[in-house]
Amino acid sequence: MEPLSNKRKVLEAKPMTFLERIYLPAIFQGLAITIKHFFRKPVTIRYPEEKREYSENFRGLHSLKRDEQGRERCTACGLCALSCPAEAITMIAAERQKGEENLYREEKYAAVYEINMLRCIFCGLCEEACPKEAIYLDGPHVQSDYLRKDFIYGKDKLVEAPLNQ
Amino acid sequence: MGIAELLIKVALVVIIFLISLVIAMYSTYAERKVAAFLQDRVGPDRAGPFGILQPLADGGKMFLKEEIIPTNASPFLFIAGPSLAILTACIGSAVIPWGQRLTIGAYTFNLQVTDINVGLLYIFGVISLGVYGVMIGGWASNNKYSLLGAIRAASQNISYEIAMGLSIIALLMTTGTLSMRHIAEQQSGFWHGHWFTWNAFSQPLGFLIFIICAFAETNRSPFDLPECETELIGGYHTEYSSMKMGFYLFAEYINMFVSSAVMATLYFGGYNFPFMHHLGLSENWVSILGVIALFIKIFAFIFFFMWVRWTIPRFRYDQLMDLGWKVLIPLAIANIVITGIVITFFK
Repeated sequence: MEPLSNKRKVLEAKPMTFLERIYLPAIFQGLAITIKHFFRKPVTIRYPEEKREYSENFRGLHSLKRDEQGRERCTACGLCALSCPAEAITMIAAERQKGEENLYREEKYAAVYEINMLRCIFCGLCEEACPKEAIYLDGPHVQSDYLRKDFIYGKDKLVEAPLNQ
Repeated sequence: MGIAELLIKVALVVIIFLISLVIAMYSTYAERKVAAFLQDRVGPDRAGPFGILQPLADGGKMFLKEEIIPTNASPFLFIAGPSLAILTACIGSAVIPWGQRLTIGAYTFNLQVTDINVGLLYIFGVISLGVYGVMIGGWASNNKYSLLGAIRAASQNISYEIAMGLSIIALLMTTGTLSMRHIAEQQSGFWHGHWFTWNAFSQPLGFLIFIICAFAETNRSPFDLPECETELIGGYHTEYSSMKMGFYLFAEYINMFVSSAVMATLYFGGYNFPFMHHLGLSENWVSILGVIALFIKIFAFIFFFMWVRWTIPRFRYDQLMDLGWKVLIPLAIANIVITGIVITFFK
C-alpha cells in the first residue's frame, strides 16, 4: 500500500536481553518510582472544608447588575436573548411607571427575566452582547436540584442584591 | 499437662486469634492508605483521627448489607465456601513461634501454640486447603465468572505450590528440621562465625522463589487473576454479598499476615534480632524484644505486599503459567542441586 506520508517508521522488535527477560530489574525500577511518590505531598483538596479557587476568567452563574445608585441596569432590549446560541434566555419587557425611577435606570425594564440553566452553555455571548453592562457571568457554578423547573432561574435569583442592604 | 499450662495455651490461642483478626482489619485500612500515598492521595481520613476507625465502619457496613443467596446456587456450599476460607486462614498461625520462652513466676512457657515436629508441613497443608474455600465458593455460586475465577485460583495455587515446596526443600537441606521453632532457633542472633545466620542470606534464590510463590498463594497482585475485576467482574466472589464477601476479603488479609509471618520465620530470623546476645538484658526482656522484632518484620513484609500490588500490573494467564512451570520450578530444582553441592563439598 502506498504510504500516505513518508513518516513511516519501521519498528524492530528486538529480542529481550537476559536482564529484561528476568523482569526483576524492571520490577525494582517500578518499586523505586512508587516509593518516591510515597513520600510526596498529596495533591488532594479536602472538598467541603477546602475549596479550590475559581480561575479569574471562569464563567459561572449569571448576575443582573445594578448601577451605582442601586437601580437595575437592564433595559430589556433582548440582545442577550438574540445572541444566545442555546436560546436559554427569555424576557418580558415593561414600561417604567412614575415613581419607579429609583428602581430601574432606563424607561423600559425587564418585568420577567428567565435563564434556563439546563440550556445555558456558559459561553458568555450575552455578556458581550449587552450594551448596558447589565449581565455578567461572574457567579459560582450552578447548584444541583431535583426538578427541571427549578433550573429556570428568574429575577429573584439573578438580580444582584440591593446596594444598601 | 497441668491446668495452668492449659490456661496459658488457651490464652495464647485467644491472643493470637485476636491479633490476627485485628491485623487483618487494619491491613484493609493500611492497604487503602498505602495505595493512596503511592498515588499522591490522602486515603480514608474521615472516620476518626486519620481515619483509624475506618475498618470498624467497613465492618459495620458489611454486617448490615443484605444477605443474598442466588436462587440457583447451592445454599450449603455457598455458605461453606467463605467459612472454609476464613477457617483455614485462621488455623495457619498455630505453629509459628512468636517468641522465645517467657518466665512468669514458676511457669516457663514458649510463645508458640504448639511446636509439632512437622510444623512446616502443617503450614503447607493448611495453605493448600485455603484454595478449597475459593473453589467451593466459585462453584456453588452457579455463575460463569465465579467458576472461571475458581478454576484460575485452583490451577494457580496448585502450580505455585510445587515451586514453593521445592524452594523449601533446599531450605530444609540446610536446616535439617521441619519444626518451626528449631528453624527459628538456628537463626539466633544475626552474625555467627563468618556468615549471617538468617536463612535469606544463605538461600537468596530460594527466598526469591518463596516470596514470588507467596504472592501467588495469597492471590495478591500481580497474581490476583482469580478475582481480576476487569475480566471476571469479581472472580469467585462475584455473587457474594454482605459478611460472606467480607470473610473472603478478610481471609485474604489473614493469609497475607500468616505468610508474612512464615517468611519472617523461615528466612528472616523469626524473633531473632541483631546483637540479641550482647545487650545484657534478662531472658524475658530479650523474648519481648524478639516478639516486637518479629512483628516489625511481619509489618515490613505486609507493606511489601501492598507496595508491589500498587506498582506492578497483573500477569496474563498464560504468562502466569509460564512463570510457574517453566521458570520457577526449574529454578527451584537448580537451587536444590546447588545447595546439595555446597553442603557436600564445602561443609
